Amino acid sequence: MIPLEHFLFVAAALFCIGFAIAITKKHLIGILLGIELMLNAVNINLIAFSRHDPVLIQGQLFALFVMVVAAAEITIGLAIVLRVFGVHKSIDPDQLSTLKN
Amino acid sequence: MELIAFYFFSTIVLLGAIFILITRNLMYSVFSLFLCFVGVAALFVLSRADFLAVAQLMIYVGGILILLVFGVMLTRPKLRSEDNTYANYVEADNGRRLWAGGVGLILFFLLLSVIFQGNFISTEQHITAKSTIQTLGVELMTSHLLPFEIAAVLLLIALVGAAYLALHREPEHK
Repeated sequence: MIPLEHFLFVAAALFCIGFAIAITKKHLIGILLGIELMLNAVNINLIAFSRHDPVLIQGQLFALFVMVVAAAEITIGLAIVLRVFGVHKSIDPDQLSTLKN
Repeated sequence: MELIAFYFFSTIVLLGAIFILITRNLMYSVFSLFLCFVGVAALFVLSRADFLAVAQLMIYVGGILILLVFGVMLTRPKLRSEDNTYANYVEADNGRRLWAGGVGLILFFLLLSVIFQGNFISTEQHITAKSTIQTLGVELMTSHLLPFEIAAVLLLIALVGAAYLALHREPEHK
């Protein structure tokens, strides 16, 4: 039986690395990669807690819905990225400053 | 034995994530993300969520990762090059390193302190069944029916919206 805290440590580290990726990358798809890693870290947490809930495994159910929302998010995100690339010819988020000022 | 497997797979996940953080080639980072997703699926198996592990493999590795590779390939600037391996290199520069490292570390230590302070009391109940598919199916069809249907409608909306957004990408067709 793996202690619960170990799962929480791994998930916390994964979440922070995903957060740093989302801040660092100068590429819109790189930011999407970071968001996916953060969602995965949340799923690890939910499933680790759901081990102690054998009757109604609500954590696993919630993780399933998180996966569905992640799939929807990534399709819409990629469609928007393709559209932005078609209009601006660039996918560096620092250069997309049309709405500034 | 279980613990050794857990440490092995969590090392894979974390190393893959750190490699995504430091590499400047987006192709490498997508393949490293593959490693991360497979490791997370293994962690799901270790915490007795077999159906979720299979769903993770099918949705993330089979769907999202392929979609991301397509996105990377479609949004690269056209450049003429004699070098045949130029398709393997997609530049994604890293900026704001100080901010990212600082905020990430602060968040990590915040979460660590929360985990250490949180005094989790085990209920002495664990999943003992071999598979959780039956419980998941029954729960989805009885008490979680409304979120299930909403998720279905959300997926339909996302499909239609993505198809609409991706249509007519060239500006002259607008």
